[in-house]
Amino acid sequence: MVSIVASNPKAVMELLDQIPDPEIPVVSIREMGILRDVQINEKTCTVTITPTYTACPAMGAIADDIKALLKSHGFTKVVVNTVLSPAWTTDWMSESTRQKLRSFGIAPPAHKACDQWTTELTRINCPRCGSNNTSVISKFGSTACKSLMRCEECKEPFDYFKCH
Amino acid sequence: MEKNEALKKFLLRLGDNALIQGHRLSEWCSRGPMLEEDIALSNLALDNIGRAQAFLDYAGHFYSNPQSADDLAFKRSERQYYNFLMAELPVGHFGYTIAKQLYISAYEELLFEALTQSTDDTIAAIAHKAVKEARYHFSHAADWCVRLGLGTAESHDKLGSAMSDLWAYTQEFFEMTDGDLQLLQLGIAPDQNQIKKVWTDKVNKVFMRAGYVMPGECHQYSGSQQGVHTEYLGHLLCEMQYLQRSHPQAAW
Repeated sequence: MVSIVASNPKAVMELLDQIPDPEIPVVSIREMGILRDVQINEKTCTVTITPTYTACPAMGAIADDIKALLKSHGFTKVVVNTVLSPAWTTDWMSESTRQKLRSFGIAPPAHKACDQWTTELTRINCPRCGSNNTSVISKFGSTACKSLMRCEECKEPFDYFKCH
Repeated sequence: MEKNEALKKFLLRLGDNALIQGHRLSEWCSRGPMLEEDIALSNLALDNIGRAQAFLDYAGHFYSNPQSADDLAFKRSERQYYNFLMAELPVGHFGYTIAKQLYISAYEELLFEALTQSTDDTIAAIAHKAVKEARYHFSHAADWCVRLGLGTAESHDKLGSAMSDLWAYTQEFFEMTDGDLQLLQLGIAPDQNQIKKVWTDKVNKVFMRAGYVMPGECHQYSGSQQGVHTEYLGHLLCEMQYLQRSHPQAAW
């Protein structure tokens, strides 16, 4: 199958917007800022991605998903490049992405990048009840990008997406 | 020394520090004192291993016969490793690991901050990512130092003796080879003397918050810049490299 998207980088970008983040399936790799660029040269599509954390173990799965999706849309050759610069930052998340995280039960980053990182774990709103009476259980949570918190109002534990 | 040779050695040191430290931290996986710390220490290990991959991958470009990060991690012998002696020391008890983490992460936060300004674009790009991770590592270690230092008499003593035993491995961080001086001139590597001043102050603040007095001058171990290590590195590599050495080229 050769589809219409095969010649248009912008259309490929939109197509790739279907690919969910493997760890947080409610947001796409594009919304997360992992997907950086698409270049098309005849039948070769080159996609550039950037890791959230240096050792993000999801990069392999993301590259596989990109290749599979583009091949099913007519590209015979798909190259996925990883770049480190500019360094990924949670500042790239849009308000709608942050809202999606919140509705999924993950509190989005509370500050800009890392300027206030030492105090960042205070006044984090609980994604379930909205209370800011919350405390840190551990700065390192279920994945590299999250901390584990607890809400003192509704007593539920929750993930907090660290500002980075 | 040729510039590329100096750069290769500098990158190997950065990569080896991350790899060996990451390997040691990974030994805590499933053995942490509590679930949250098990996860935290495994996260720290993962950050280090990612950083090792980035630096070793780049170092591999400077070999006449280019090497992959895996080649460098699994096929070099002990004498070809340049990590700090402190990184290879056994994890010990939890307080001992925290003391190692305090010294190393305080250094790394400052090192990567400086390297974000490196004239080498690849090093600067890795440093931009690594510095954010190192800040969390330092804050994790510093918080635990205060908690153990101001905790029970036993926790205070155990952390205190660990910090004092490990002090003898700290000054090696700031050694500069002729190659490093050459890289400093080129704006690629930082001035370790500058880092040392800020590091000493940074660590001292944690000592004070945690109720300790910083150790004075004492004998300092050294040798890793020449590939001379403690007895522990060989054992670590035996375990880490076993699969590649028994089944060369094994991949999955």
